[in-house]
Amino acid sequence: MRDKIIQAQNVSFQYEDGAAPAVDDITFTVDRGEFLAVLGRNGSGKSTLAKLLNALLLPTAGELTVDGLRAVTEDDCYEVRKSCGMVFQNPDNQIVTTIVEEDCAFGLENLGTPPEEIRWRVKAALSDVGMSEYAEASPSMLSGGQKQRVAVAGVLAMRPKIIVFDESTAMLDPIGRRDIFAIAQRLNKEEGITVVWITHFMEEAALADRVIVMDAGKIALEGTPKQVFSQTDRVLALGLDVPGMMKLADRLRKAGLPLKEGVMTVNEMVVELCRLK
Amino acid sequence: MLKNITLGQYFPGNSLIHRLDPRTKLLATIALIAIVFVAQGFSGFLLLAGFVVACAASTGIHLKFLVRGLKPLMFIILFTFILNLFFQTGGTVLISIWIIRITSNGLRMAGFMAARLILLVLSSQLLTLTTSPIALTDGLETLFRPLQVIGFPAHEIAMMMSIALRFIPTLMDEADKIMKAQKARGADFETGGLIARAKAMVPLLVPLFVGAFRRAEELALAMDARCYRGGKGRTRMKQLKFQGIDGLAALVIAALLAAVILLNRLNLF
Repeated sequence: MRDKIIQAQNVSFQYEDGAAPAVDDITFTVDRGEFLAVLGRNGSGKSTLAKLLNALLLPTAGELTVDGLRAVTEDDCYEVRKSCGMVFQNPDNQIVTTIVEEDCAFGLENLGTPPEEIRWRVKAALSDVGMSEYAEASPSMLSGGQKQRVAVAGVLAMRPKIIVFDESTAMLDPIGRRDIFAIAQRLNKEEGITVVWITHFMEEAALADRVIVMDAGKIALEGTPKQVFSQTDRVLALGLDVPGMMKLADRLRKAGLPLKEGVMTVNEMVVELCRLK
Repeated sequence: MLKNITLGQYFPGNSLIHRLDPRTKLLATIALIAIVFVAQGFSGFLLLAGFVVACAASTGIHLKFLVRGLKPLMFIILFTFILNLFFQTGGTVLISIWIIRITSNGLRMAGFMAARLILLVLSSQLLTLTTSPIALTDGLETLFRPLQVIGFPAHEIAMMMSIALRFIPTLMDEADKIMKAQKARGADFETGGLIARAKAMVPLLVPLFVGAFRRAEELALAMDARCYRGGKGRTRMKQLKFQGIDGLAALVIAALLAAVILLNRLNLF
């Protein structure tokens, strides 16, 4: 059994002015090295969950352990944030300085890392996201996708074990979106970083190891993408869409074609349709 | 329209003065301003003017830029000139009409003040034209760091300045977008008197401010997420380092001071 890097036991969070808890008594685990997608409509509690993982918010009830740490004191919070980085939605609002490489260095500077070490870790992080040639550039000259890559590099330089992407592709154009997702996948596969990918895009979730669907602060569905998306009606009822091929497969099945469950990509659909001939 | 606004008017380059440590430039500028007040004769001012112009020439910045910076201050310079001209007494009387008396001493002092102000503006302009705003901020932070002992928030001020610099282009873009959105709905920013135009800006400023607050909140969260907890225990990737040219600059400034004192003693003119 792989060890659990995130363990949530009956975790709840209630905003002070909120009537209902934003996250309501949820229990789940994340394996080390897993790529977990979290889906849910607006207001379902996904972003609150992300902030809980990063100790930006502390649970009002329940126990949350991230990389063996439970955030209780302020110092614990910084330890949690060190091992669990976060990339936010708006690329403009998470870049702090006027030079790309200095922004990458921001987190390490906060941790009090020696200057020479910062220098080479920033270099490595920027080359990891393919932004080396923009090291001296001003963030305001970059596209949304490039800014988001800088934000990823800034988190990466801190060498986190987990990176939470909180709808990090929502404001990007299709190319930028594909780029950031590919980077997240590569970091997950090659560097073994656990990824929690919060998104609206089903196509992205379909490529995750596991999917959690949230609704009204609770976990509504959980399982592999195939298990989750094959429950087309449930997923639609939760205000989400299913990947196009799954929808097509579902309709073909309802029309009487004996397609097997879990057709998600165009390739799988082609194989499946050819098998019918 | 909003794109034309530049802040600090940094003029990128790779001259000797550009490459000086920002701290050196800050201190040298302060020293230069002090020297301007040490000078007690036109020979001294001439020397200083020559020095500033030579510095400007070495940076490749057109004199036109420097002179342009004087324009907004022309009124103040003229005002002090006239004030000194009329109210300084002593020396031989040059002109005397009604109650107005212009004396040789007055003329001299008026000339001094104008020369001082012009030199002051030119030398501080040289600083902002050759130092990027971010380098300037870094320099200020390091220079003021000793004052942190008595509770001066050097790091916080520097951080605020750099965040402000970072968000100026972002907010400009946003203002531009809001303006276009409102123009598309029939808003008129360009006609009418001053008051009408100022009023037209209100619907632009309200969403801009709301947006800025939202951004500030998100940025604070993002900074928190990257373990920001103030200046304590913080290191910097880019360390400011004094180099040979910084020592050279100090020598040049010292020599300049000596020369000005010497000229004062000689009492040439």
